[in-house]
Amino acid sequence: MSSNDPQGYKKTLNSPYTGVKGWIDSRLPLIRMMEAEYLKFPVPKSLSYFWSFGGIAMFCLIGLILSGIFLGMHYKPSAAEAFNSVERIMRDVQFGWLVRYLHMNLASFFFIAVYIHIFRALYFGSYKAPRELVFIFGMLMFLLMMGTAFLGYTLPWGQMSYWGATVITNLFSAIPLVGDAILLTLLGDFTVSDATVNRFYVLHWLLAFAIVGLVVFHVITLHMTGSNNPTGMEPQNWDETLSFHPYMTIKDTKAMVLFFILVAFVLFYYPNIMGHSDNYIRANALVTPAHIVPEWYFLPFYAILRAIPDKLGGVLAMFGSIAVLFLLPWLDTSKVRSCLYRPIWRICVLLFALDFFVLMFMGAKPASDIYVLISRIGTAYWFLFFLVLAPLVGYLETPRQPPTISNYLRDKKA
Amino acid sequence: MIRKFLLVILFINFYNLTFAVESKIEIPKYDWSWKGFFSTYDRSSAQRGFKVYKEVCSGCHSMNLLSYRNLEDLGFSKNQIKVIAASSLVEDGPNEEGEMYERDALPSDRFVDPYPNDNAARASNNGAYPPDLSLIVKARPKGADYIKALLMGYIEPPQDVIVPEGMYYNAYMAGHQIAMPSPLADGVIDYDDGTEPSLDQLATDVTTFLAWAAEPSLEDRKRLGIKVILFLFVLFILTYISKERIWRDVKYK
Repeated sequence: MSSNDPQGYKKTLNSPYTGVKGWIDSRLPLIRMMEAEYLKFPVPKSLSYFWSFGGIAMFCLIGLILSGIFLGMHYKPSAAEAFNSVERIMRDVQFGWLVRYLHMNLASFFFIAVYIHIFRALYFGSYKAPRELVFIFGMLMFLLMMGTAFLGYTLPWGQMSYWGATVITNLFSAIPLVGDAILLTLLGDFTVSDATVNRFYVLHWLLAFAIVGLVVFHVITLHMTGSNNPTGMEPQNWDETLSFHPYMTIKDTKAMVLFFILVAFVLFYYPNIMGHSDNYIRANALVTPAHIVPEWYFLPFYAILRAIPDKLGGVLAMFGSIAVLFLLPWLDTSKVRSCLYRPIWRICVLLFALDFFVLMFMGAKPASDIYVLISRIGTAYWFLFFLVLAPLVGYLETPRQPPTISNYLRDKKA
Repeated sequence: MIRKFLLVILFINFYNLTFAVESKIEIPKYDWSWKGFFSTYDRSSAQRGFKVYKEVCSGCHSMNLLSYRNLEDLGFSKNQIKVIAASSLVEDGPNEEGEMYERDALPSDRFVDPYPNDNAARASNNGAYPPDLSLIVKARPKGADYIKALLMGYIEPPQDVIVPEGMYYNAYMAGHQIAMPSPLADGVIDYDDGTEPSLDQLATDVTTFLAWAAEPSLEDRKRLGIKVILFLFVLFILTYISKERIWRDVKYK
């Protein structure tokens, strides 16, 4: 094909298929793309079940959107009607209880899947070059997820909805100069009110679909670089890879079914285990709950917020704790990706995971002396991990030479 | 894989621990008819519990998320429900002359509130608002155990505690001060089925009724749950076998 032959160039765009499939594919190359990216797409042979959680998270998202659509058909976004409309869904709508409990619990399981997915990225160095953008789109999704979950939690208009929304939106007033204006725009009123629940409902939908948009970018960037794997080494030849289908499709399906058995167990037998009893009390502006606690997936960040004695400082620390994640691809200076071959960094990463759980516990406790002290230590480690340990350990540590994928698998089988 | 599965379960348990209520008041654990994986609400207990609600609680507490027709779930017949509903009056209208009028409640009506509005409720109760009971079992930590303990928790206050006028001492109320006088006592109402109306029995029955009222879908949920989990389990076996078969030809050199 010569470069000054436009017809010749166009020939490369012709579909490899014939018939109806070819007719569609030569006009909309979706079938070709799906074949290249989901059937024949080569992935490293050495992927572990840790690599199934991205797909699991995506199915959680699909489940949330589907159940959300049906909830939206019955939910009424107003301060007067919201609480009762949710109870109407629970009591009078056919299978309304199922759809509502599914939406409520899938949100939690979405976070579980995503936290495992993020841990996998940290542990095996999936954020490192050339996958920086995959990681950054992932972090953007995580940020939007938190926003969507927060907005969604306001909608049932229970006591925790109302007071959670009051506490969190109030954080914006800490921003100098524009804080109050932002708060007023966000709430649509001077307090959390009818106007607030109405706009939160719209934003909850909007952000949910924004996440779907980012999934596309996450996947496109991933498919440019290919998947990382436990060795952190790139496949050297075709022998070190498998086609996505059927090898990964069946493996991920198996993992997913197991995950959804757990979801079903919680959904059908302990549907309120991850909720708070106060949210079955209608929102009341005159009665403040004894402890205002956010949903479990926010607790580590809530602990960081409360660890800083200054309001603006707390807000900055909370947002900063997520912002540092975005910088990780450049903060980590090591040449080796996987923790399996980085003895010191491995300990740092495992401590970071522990720190996450410690902060989660602290976030659920009242802000009294000992808990605040532990939160501060936890917060300090969080920032130490990203800002000091990541560059320093990468520089000082002597990593072991990772094996090729073939050697890794041979050793593993032996 | 199993290890990861267990980790997730552990994770949820830990989470639950973090929410253990940090009060010194220990709520006793009782046996409930609906706690097991296959168990259902004890219908006769819940029916008796409805009688307790009707004759004792409903004087002050509304349950306005329920309709009379919902009582069919507890085994009341359509005719019984018509009679129960008709014992309350609701305002309806306007009629063709534009007048509001009162009529007997119908099975399709919500449980009629004891007071016309919140202020009337407070005015009649020494300033305290008797909460709606539709969701009370789900709206309190420890749910049914707490409700039963509270109903049976009216004891003599310790020597050094002064209970203010219009308040009562309760062993299980947070702060031990409650505005509701002890609602139940041995033989406070008679049961139609000849069950001995002891305090414990009354409290158990009314709590069973309230638990049903808070979560009427519990039985459907458990029934569907076992089917879904069995289905997923069979699906898991199939995916497990398929995975082994498909990966059988993968060579590790």
